[in-house]
Amino acid sequence: MTAFLLRRLIQAAAVVLVMSLLVFLGVFAVGDPVEILISPEADQFERERAIKALGLDLPLWRQYLVFLGNALQGDLGRSFVFNEPALKLILERMPATLELAIGATLAALIIGLPLGLYAGLRPNSAMSKGIMATSILGFSLPTFWVGLMLIMVFAVQLGWLPSTGRGETVTILGMRWSFLTRDGIAHLIMPALNLALFKISLVIRLTRAGVRETMLMDYVKFARAKGLSPARVTFVHVFKNILIPVVTVVGLEFGGTIAFSVVTESVFAWPGMGKLIIDSINVLDRPVMVAYLMMIVLLFITINLLVDITYSLLDPRVRLESKS
Amino acid sequence: MSAPTLEVRNLKTHFFTRAGVVKAVDDVSFTVESGKVLGLVGESGSGKTVTGFSILGLVDAPGRIAGGQILFKGRDLATLPEAEMRGLRGNRIAMIFQDPMMTLNPVLRIDTQMIETVQAHAKVSREEARQRSRDALGQVGIPSPDERLKAYPHQFSGGMRQRVAIAIALLHKPDVIVADEPTTALDVTIQGQILAEAQKLCAQFGTALVWITHDLSVVAGLADDIAVMYAGKVVESGPVTQVLDAPLHPYTLGLIGSVPSRNKRGEPLRQIPGMTPSLLNLPAGCAFRSRCPRAEPGCAEPPPMAEYRPGQHARCIHPHQEAVAA
Repeated sequence: MTAFLLRRLIQAAAVVLVMSLLVFLGVFAVGDPVEILISPEADQFERERAIKALGLDLPLWRQYLVFLGNALQGDLGRSFVFNEPALKLILERMPATLELAIGATLAALIIGLPLGLYAGLRPNSAMSKGIMATSILGFSLPTFWVGLMLIMVFAVQLGWLPSTGRGETVTILGMRWSFLTRDGIAHLIMPALNLALFKISLVIRLTRAGVRETMLMDYVKFARAKGLSPARVTFVHVFKNILIPVVTVVGLEFGGTIAFSVVTESVFAWPGMGKLIIDSINVLDRPVMVAYLMMIVLLFITINLLVDITYSLLDPRVRLESKS
Repeated sequence: MSAPTLEVRNLKTHFFTRAGVVKAVDDVSFTVESGKVLGLVGESGSGKTVTGFSILGLVDAPGRIAGGQILFKGRDLATLPEAEMRGLRGNRIAMIFQDPMMTLNPVLRIDTQMIETVQAHAKVSREEARQRSRDALGQVGIPSPDERLKAYPHQFSGGMRQRVAIAIALLHKPDVIVADEPTTALDVTIQGQILAEAQKLCAQFGTALVWITHDLSVVAGLADDIAVMYAGKVVESGPVTQVLDAPLHPYTLGLIGSVPSRNKRGEPLRQIPGMTPSLLNLPAGCAFRSRCPRAEPGCAEPPPMAEYRPGQHARCIHPHQEAVAA
């Protein structure tokens, strides 16, 4: 296991390095921040001074090396706009996004697994057909539209749930969290469900397909031949097998959920990282863009590692391979 | 005399598919006494496995038992409620499957899969259930059973997995074991070991064993009685030596002739021409008649099961009653 982890860490470092280069080049290609940041009335001398202060006078490769050197010391640059460390800006907003993404993932599992299980066990019932038809809507309705509809119905007409912001927060370990207050949870419900919609459908379909496939296996019939109760056959013999694909996909999706919660955050004015990156792109705030993308890369790598570890907990065959 | 351990009477298991009714098992009868072995022989698709699943009440939709009785010590299993049937399954009636690579759940440890079987039918502590599981593994010849209990199925070879499956079947010392081609997927040497093991254990516990196979040589060494199935029907049944030495039905004769070791070197291997008919549209009358060298117009009528020699029945109107030269 140690060797496995070590190998994964080395791979991760290589991925981060390559990504940093790509991100740096990509951001450089997007546009010149000088035109946006420096007032057009500034004279030549002031211009030069500002460009120098921002480090934009150096050739690209020198800029990259400076960035790399600083990054190794944990400094991802200062925001041009806020004049604060980019990392600090992102970390401040990270709890909000994490909260949203975790809420959405939990909702997807809590709602998706039972529905998928039901649809897989009774594929011909009217209820199952209804579940499957609805899941198609979950796949195909655009997130922003569903978000607006949710606000229309539950915030505007029924007035049950608040429509914007994070509500009351509690500070733990220097980070602000909403999910610990009633008001915060009320604020979290709609954005989380909105973000979860696609994932719920995905989990339903994966679970159903898994159940239908697994039910035909000899080991399920053998489990029944042993005289086990249907509940034990379903929840132990079938469930543990279908969890393998579900964990893989949901885990990988989690990274995507964090990275692309931009839409939901915009609709519900949720002050997370997604909203920050949109604002930064608008003003070509290069350090924030680079820092954000690097964070996302790290996040994906971490999630993949966690998925692999969970996977080996679920599937003994994987465990053996990683040992040898 | 008391009721036999297992008596199947005129069992009909049909599958009601969109394309029509598939009569996978159509009027099958046999009896197995305690401590005896019945060899259920036939080609793929002859209904052997479905017969086995019918005995355990494990026929899945669209199939169901459409008629007949399965008498277990006089109780009819075909009409037993599912809850009671579950109490018997794995407890009094156990099954061993064909492919040992597929019968054990790959993500559960052996001990989990054995202990749950013990606890499904006996109110015992986990510790006691573990003891019994360990003893059962020892019984089927698995070395260091304590250690092996903690292993996962993929850490066993095919033969070892089949032993584990047999150990699971034996946990409650069942009265009936249905073994569905349990040695087909194994090496010949392992096959021999498993057969010897099964024979020994059945004699020891007085288990009635239904051994489903397509391999006549297995049946010859193991079974007391034999029932030959063709297209869902038993075409010949009787004591094993009698049937193998002097088969009545042309199909049985063809099967025996198809065993390669019975042919002389240099001669082309003998075979039964044609293939098993689709169960969806069986010809009226004898299902074998299109492949039968002795077919005659009378075969278009369904032949009755008749006793031609003491204990030996055949479903044929022109059986081989002359002695067969070996």
